[in-house]
Amino acid sequence: MIAEIGHYALVLAFILAAVQSTVPLWGAARGDRRLTAVAAPAALLQLLLVGIAFLALMQAYIASDFSLANVAANSHSAKPLLYKITGVWANHEGSMVLWVLILALFGAAVAGLGGNLPETLRARVLAIQGMIGTGFLAFILFTSNPFLRVFPPPLDGAGLNPLLQDPGLAFHPPMLYLGYVGFSMAFSFAIAALIEGRVDPAWARWVRPWTLAAWSFLTLGIALGSWWAYYELGWGGWWFWDPVENASFMPWLAGTALLHSAIVVEKRGALKAWTVLLAILAFSLSLMGTFLVRSGVLTSVHAFATDPQRGLFILVLLALTIGGSLALFALRAPRLKGGGVFAPISREGALVLNNLLLTTATLTVFVGTLYPLVLDALGGGKISVGPPYFEATFVPLMIPTLIAVAIGPMLAWKRGDLRTALARLRLAMGAVLIVALGTLALADADTALAALGTGLAAWLIAGAAVEWADRVRLFRMPLAGFLARARHLPRAAWGMTLAHAGLGLLVAGITGSSAWQTERIQVMQPGDAVELAGYEVTLVSVGEADGPNYTAERAQFRVESGGRLVTTLAPEKRFYPVEGRQTTEAAIHTTLLADLYAVIGEADGQGGWTTRIYHNPLVPWIWAGCLVMVAGGAVSLTDRRHRVGAPARPRPSPTPATA
Amino acid sequence: MAPKRRRMTVILVALALLGAAAALALTALEDSVVFFFSPSDLATKSVAPGQRLRLGGLVEEGSVQRGDGARIVFKVTDLATAVPVVYEGILPDLFREGQGVVVEGSLGPDGRFEADSVLAKHDETYMPPEVAEALKKSGHWQDGAESETGDKE
Repeated sequence: MIAEIGHYALVLAFILAAVQSTVPLWGAARGDRRLTAVAAPAALLQLLLVGIAFLALMQAYIASDFSLANVAANSHSAKPLLYKITGVWANHEGSMVLWVLILALFGAAVAGLGGNLPETLRARVLAIQGMIGTGFLAFILFTSNPFLRVFPPPLDGAGLNPLLQDPGLAFHPPMLYLGYVGFSMAFSFAIAALIEGRVDPAWARWVRPWTLAAWSFLTLGIALGSWWAYYELGWGGWWFWDPVENASFMPWLAGTALLHSAIVVEKRGALKAWTVLLAILAFSLSLMGTFLVRSGVLTSVHAFATDPQRGLFILVLLALTIGGSLALFALRAPRLKGGGVFAPISREGALVLNNLLLTTATLTVFVGTLYPLVLDALGGGKISVGPPYFEATFVPLMIPTLIAVAIGPMLAWKRGDLRTALARLRLAMGAVLIVALGTLALADADTALAALGTGLAAWLIAGAAVEWADRVRLFRMPLAGFLARARHLPRAAWGMTLAHAGLGLLVAGITGSSAWQTERIQVMQPGDAVELAGYEVTLVSVGEADGPNYTAERAQFRVESGGRLVTTLAPEKRFYPVEGRQTTEAAIHTTLLADLYAVIGEADGQGGWTTRIYHNPLVPWIWAGCLVMVAGGAVSLTDRRHRVGAPARPRPSPTPATA
Repeated sequence: MAPKRRRMTVILVALALLGAAAALALTALEDSVVFFFSPSDLATKSVAPGQRLRLGGLVEEGSVQRGDGARIVFKVTDLATAVPVVYEGILPDLFREGQGVVVEGSLGPDGRFEADSVLAKHDETYMPPEVAEALKKSGHWQDGAESETGDKE
């Protein structure tokens, strides 16, 4: 019964979305306020209906209602409650419902908080949100309905892929979708601006914080996914340039560019058409990201079973959205006259350079990801494009980008002076020199590249610190004055400092893990020891261990350094009887500077086990860097000026996006 | 600076960047594209030893043997031809006899495929598209198997 209510709510939401995407648009064109007034209540009701559908599905999962085909195929009564709940979105159908729920959430936010937006703009934005919703709800109802019943219902479910029964992955899809769907705000505003033929100040004040929120969620989502791959797949790596990873990385790159160009629109009124185009690109890449993963056209560690009917539907939806919006852009963009003239060497100029580099980098990733698909479709044979391609194209483009990150904030708006900017960065250059020379002094392989990487990391962190110190006049005025300045520094400035410094940590982590990773693979009998990076790792024993819905072989490793016990590591090989599947649980010892990472493999039948031990220097810095970047985004969102787009609320509660 | 000249600067920088990126991408693609072979392809087409390629098919039943240390030998088959594969390391959790697999590496001088990575998939009902196609080509694809690749994730 509850499932039928959910199903019915989804159908109602679909019809409502169709109304929401047409009536307000018509009203805005005719200037009829009765018709535009439909938009806001429709968006709020939309959230209610999709929310009911989502909760109905969640109830079916929690109650293990196996008469639903979706629950039977993806859940099991013996699964822990947490994974029953996250199981709702750990499958294709449910994840699409989550996608639409988040879309409805953003639509309701425009309806509820957008009281100060021009009436027609708000109606048009909500209509575009409605169109996206219509497409997705049709996709769910006609090809991926989670509420279909099976008869007779099976006694128990088939279980959830055990790789997905993990806290890291449980929250990876919602974060990723908050990011993807968050860009739909920028997209809807961009299309509405194209229809209106103008970008007004209210437009920029809305687009920037929502893009920032989407970007922060996407950063967190990608980091969670990468962290999960790192500890769960047991391969010791955290990024594989896998097509599915690239699919989430491309919207991130485009979104990062959008974030920066939106600043220019807001502050200087320039780059309007370009920002609109980036908004279209960021969301188009988000759609592509959702669908590349969901359609199963990619061969990847993430690729799942597929259904050709879905693939076609997806392709049509993508073509309509991307083709339609780009055609509208071509027709209307010339109308968006930008203001704010600036010299090439200026803050605007630096942001334009940032945009050019980021979009070019997005393009190289796009080519590498889609080239195999295109070649295959043209009958050119099956190929794969691996990490060497991305290392040879993406990395060289990032070097000038990262150098520019520290210089840009030092330049004045309109007309800057490169020499003054560089003079202010003297201290940062000193830091780069020390760090790079220090790296070169470490006799090791790959040292020149490693020195470049650590040097860039030092440049970013020191550059961010110097810029912050300049702003608060550190050491140049009495302590009290400095503290007052630090307190009054806009939150957006704090956010930028944090995000840029976090990027520096990330670069340091990437450099360390790719230059100095060491690994040992061997067969060990209990009592055997291996030496690695100054640690002595001894296999003590391998025993049985039981979990809630799995059994495991658990190894005990003793880790010693200089005869002193450092820690014990207990990696597992788990067996999930319901799904008939094995998973690897790596054991990781994290210090400030490195991870020691142990994996247990198969028994060799003679009392030994294959084991794999990695020493991964600076990997913890990767996660720290991502978290600091997200913190930067969150701090920036609390800036009062970013809330201008949102009306004053009765109490100073955080916006939904920062919660 | 006049808007026109400013626009020209931006366009020139953009073109230079795109040119550089295109040059990088083309050279990198040339060097790092890895072609996919089925076991039958490998037997009929000439492949230079040392050329990186991907080989996909089913892990032949009963062919998995453990060698010295972490060395593993198994055969990848499209049910017409089988190619011996040598791999050193820990096999992915989904590696199973009779299941689809894609290995990457190069052909050794002794005709054995030396793999440095073994990809098995997230899902036991999932067949890598390349493997499915290789089986279709060798005429051993069963439609029954297709219905097993349902909607499960």
